Amino acid sequence: MATPKVLIFRTAGTNCDKETEFAFSRAGAQVELGHINLIKKNKDFSSYQIICIPGGFSYGDDLGAGKIFSLEIILWLKDKLKKFVEGGGLILGICNGFQVLVKAGILPDLDFSQTVSLVENDSRRFEDRWVRLKINSGNESLANKIWLKGLPGLIHLPVAHAEGKFFCDLEILDKIKKNNQVALSYSNNSGKDVGYPDNPNGSLDNIAGIVDETGRVFGLMPHPERFIFIHQHPDWQGRELAAHGLSFFQNSLDYFK
Amino acid sequence: MIWRIDVFSKKNKENIELKSQIEDLGFKDFSLSTKKIYFIDSELSSAQIDKVAREVLIDPITESYSLQQGIFNKQPLSKEMMVIYHPGVFDSVAASLEKAVYDLSLTVNDIRTGTLYEFSGLDQGQIQYLGPKIIYNPVIERVADYNKLKDLKNLSQLEASSYSFNLKVIDVLGADAKKLDQISKEGCLALNTLEMEKIKEYFRKLKRNPTDCELETLAVLWSEHCGHKTFSGLIDYEERSGESTKKEKINNLLKSTIMKATKEINSPQCVSVFEDNSGIVKFDQDENICFKVETHNHPSSLEPYGGASTGIGGVIRDVLGTGSGFRPFASIDAFCFSNWHISDKDLPEGLLHPRRIIKGVVSGVRDYGNRMGIPTVAGSVLFDHRFLGNPLVYCGTLGIGSCDKSFKKVNKGDLIVVCGAKTGKDGIHGATFSSQELDQEAMGLRSAVQIGNPIEEKKVSDALLQAQEKDLFTAITDCGAGGLSSAVTELAKGYGAKVYLDRVPLKYKGLSYTDIWISESQERMVFFTQSNKIKELEDIFSREEVEMAVIGEVADSNNLVLFYQDNRVADLDMDFIFSSLQISKKATWVNKTEEKEQLQEKKNYNDDLIAILSSVNIAPKDWILHQYDHEVQGGSVLKAIDSSSLGINDAAVLRPKLSSKKAVVVGCGINPFYSDLDPYYMAALAIDEALRNVISMGGSLENTFILDNFSWGSPDDPQILGGLVRAAKACYDYSLYFGTPFISGKDSFYNEYNSGTEKITIPGTLLISAVSILEDWRLAVGSSFKKDDNLIYLVGLTKPELGQSEYLRMQGVEKGLVPKVEPNAKDVFINLSKAINKSIVASCHDLSEGGISAAIAEMCVGSGLGASLFLGEVPVSESIDDYQVLFAESPSRFLVEVEKDKKEEFQQQFKGVPCGLVGCTAEEKKLTIYNKKSSKIADISLQLIKERLLKPFAEFRWKPKK
Repeated sequence: MATPKVLIFRTAGTNCDKETEFAFSRAGAQVELGHINLIKKNKDFSSYQIICIPGGFSYGDDLGAGKIFSLEIILWLKDKLKKFVEGGGLILGICNGFQVLVKAGILPDLDFSQTVSLVENDSRRFEDRWVRLKINSGNESLANKIWLKGLPGLIHLPVAHAEGKFFCDLEILDKIKKNNQVALSYSNNSGKDVGYPDNPNGSLDNIAGIVDETGRVFGLMPHPERFIFIHQHPDWQGRELAAHGLSFFQNSLDYFK
Repeated sequence: MIWRIDVFSKKNKENIELKSQIEDLGFKDFSLSTKKIYFIDSELSSAQIDKVAREVLIDPITESYSLQQGIFNKQPLSKEMMVIYHPGVFDSVAASLEKAVYDLSLTVNDIRTGTLYEFSGLDQGQIQYLGPKIIYNPVIERVADYNKLKDLKNLSQLEASSYSFNLKVIDVLGADAKKLDQISKEGCLALNTLEMEKIKEYFRKLKRNPTDCELETLAVLWSEHCGHKTFSGLIDYEERSGESTKKEKINNLLKSTIMKATKEINSPQCVSVFEDNSGIVKFDQDENICFKVETHNHPSSLEPYGGASTGIGGVIRDVLGTGSGFRPFASIDAFCFSNWHISDKDLPEGLLHPRRIIKGVVSGVRDYGNRMGIPTVAGSVLFDHRFLGNPLVYCGTLGIGSCDKSFKKVNKGDLIVVCGAKTGKDGIHGATFSSQELDQEAMGLRSAVQIGNPIEEKKVSDALLQAQEKDLFTAITDCGAGGLSSAVTELAKGYGAKVYLDRVPLKYKGLSYTDIWISESQERMVFFTQSNKIKELEDIFSREEVEMAVIGEVADSNNLVLFYQDNRVADLDMDFIFSSLQISKKATWVNKTEEKEQLQEKKNYNDDLIAILSSVNIAPKDWILHQYDHEVQGGSVLKAIDSSSLGINDAAVLRPKLSSKKAVVVGCGINPFYSDLDPYYMAALAIDEALRNVISMGGSLENTFILDNFSWGSPDDPQILGGLVRAAKACYDYSLYFGTPFISGKDSFYNEYNSGTEKITIPGTLLISAVSILEDWRLAVGSSFKKDDNLIYLVGLTKPELGQSEYLRMQGVEKGLVPKVEPNAKDVFINLSKAINKSIVASCHDLSEGGISAAIAEMCVGSGLGASLFLGEVPVSESIDDYQVLFAESPSRFLVEVEKDKKEEFQQQFKGVPCGLVGCTAEEKKLTIYNKKSSKIADISLQLIKERLLKPFAEFRWKPKK
């Protein structure tokens, strides 16, 4: 198959678009940045394999993180995105992009009705710090089939957000877990009693990222695009490290091989 | 009709941060909840408004809402308080909501927001007391008044009435000196008698009186803020030393010291220095980098959040407005605050509590920088009680841009375009305001303070950078102090301009032509372009949803002509505008004699060491850096503070473009305490510190460039100005000595607060910022130890220099020798750079506040490795006491970790340079220090060191409730 094509959405306040573009390119994709005001005008998604909503503060997060952007996506792109995923396309939402996917009801069910949320961190403040993440790597794990293939059980990535606390009704949580939709959870070295700051925001069940029921739509709070070079890690000097963030992008492209 | 929607948390979540601030004031047993309030002025039906609330305003999982008509439908309860913005203060949430409502194809007239606080357990008097103290800032907000607002029919009634043209002419021709002063004072012009006389003379020749707009233009361009009167003026300088007196006439302090050093160094890497909105130096074949640091002290003392956010917003625009457009890639900040352990009743009237200032400033920088997607990567924070009335807020930004766009090109006939935010009444008289000392009256000048809108600036930046890539403009600058008046006039210098003020997009009605011309509304840029590019520009700007308007054209008349609705409202000769009067000032400096302290030696220094680590000036500011998105853009190589281990680096290293191996190190030096002894050495030490910070991480002197930012008291006081002259002289001497040129700088004067009974002047403070360019990011070195059983060297000479050191100040000792930069200091820097380049350095940390003791403790904590330190091996100038070796703050020194098999190579490199093998790293997690006689004088576990380092700022770090 030809080089997969990636379309990165951007709008007022998107601010991780350039490094996300760089990460996809470095992984070998052909990447295009598109402003929502252009995309809404009859943009055809059929020539793209992957759509990505990157991090930032869309519209300042003024009415809640990702809220207005999610509203626009529902208004203008609902049917197209549904068709895109059903046709085998992948969607990745990172940080603000995850917030958008959740608030648009694309995650966890692709039914455009919001059932989970990412709310203000318990600390009530923006925090940028590196966290340990447990990869849900069981055979049944949906994310592991595409995005997280080949990654070790515990990886490091940075988080940088003020509204990343995963929250939903227990009934919904059960369903997500039962369906193996949890992709990543905040963890620590022992894997026991994960509290602040290992769980940086107070997320329910330490959830850091989830996929939809097909595994093709993936949203996460941590930033894989910020770990594509070893030097981005806070403790790279004198150590053997692999830049695990890059694997996320490579895996998404490999899916189309 | 006005609809009111209250949005609240389903689970009645408490505002814990606000609650804890109220508890700090001694209030107990109360609770409070907050609701976000939206007022929508619209003809929409209740069903439509309900749809807006449901689909746009709430998070359906966690929030709920209520809907009513009118701002109040009943008298508010005594335990409630609703806070709204003053008219004219920018409300970003309202703007975003308007956008979302528009997306839903609904129309509204106007939107405002507010916050409702509901208390229980506090009475009305207590709530009213807390209001302006903690809950809202009267400079920008107020309590919604039931009686005034209950019958309000539409929100526009809150705004000023409309404006009808009326040309204001000021009679200066008929005014005597006294009257001229009165005109200046009443008009907030900050022009002195001589300047007013000069203006009178100019208009006498023209045989007419000036318009208000003309006077305002001159006031802005001649202000201390824009014209740098003190630095470019004449100074009668006198330096006394015992019986002898040296006299000197200084014509332009800036040109005869700081800029002179740059000229003499004549570095081929300097591209544009002291010319543009920032200094530009070479980065690689295709691109240059630029760097600018600004102060925003005065606004931050009145409204810390707004002041700091517009501070960083402004310096980012300086970078966008450099050459013909640079892309910002990193920011730094430095703050000087008062210690916050002060009770409310000891606070002079009219001042905000330092705790509120600290939190406000940090969140201001955080919210603006994070939303812009520009990493704030490094900085410095110092505390002294003299910053109580005047905190210092320095914000700096670095940018990268192509070599062929590093200069502005201006031609006759170019179109003048203003883009970005619309113009309102914000910040009128900001430029002249910062040129005066603060008194209680000025504290009430609310229009001089504003809050920023980072998303507007992000949009402007996105649109401009796309336009720049397509060569759609040829010159650009930002609207800073003085607004359009200084931006247009300075950019059209040498040509002249015609501007049609009624073409400037306005936020609301009611602005006069002069308001439009001098408004300091944020997030606006001015650029020059040609008519054939307008279409393409409009396409980009409309897609990015950024306003742009052609407001005039460049002329070749050398006149500045302004029109409003076909009326000529100003016509000034450009040469006259740029002929600000050189002012004369007197400066005196009396040399102080230094006296060495002599303290009793101790057998054990554990307690002293622990106390040093708990100093607010030394303890790590991780809680600040972690609130900044210091990793966005993906370029981070070494972070100023590592989150998990509390590893403290001297500066930050990052890659401005991910396609290049090259990196930059950014750091700064600041220590106002030495100013009390002699600002000359203070400045020398600030330069040395800034250089230490970038060199220790892999920089080299020949690739390092520095910036000066002076924050000083009133230059009208000869003693204070004398100190400034001393500092500027040191800048010349040491910039030249190290061969590191100044590329940009800025000054801020009148950092004084007068409460009526008491005058607080800040110590003369110079921030030196440094940037060094690294060939390869892999050559960067961090400050934490790397491996056990490695060697630790100390390079540089230690002397008994403890004057104003952290150690002596802690004990209240005023004596002590001020640290001085050694004549051979440069050798230490040069050899260290070479050693790092040869990869024989495992880690390296400079010695600054707290001396060796603090530095080695930090290197241990960051690595989790212990160390032994032998003071007898420290290279010293003379026989000195243990406490002096441990705590001296002699400059140009570093601790260096070297692997055993690189010992010979390292020692060879430092042959002939003060260098001692002072210890080794160890697996055991403790720091042990031996004195000259090899007796153990300190023995502390890393656990305890870490605890102490974390202690002073414990209340600023969030901790979950157990």
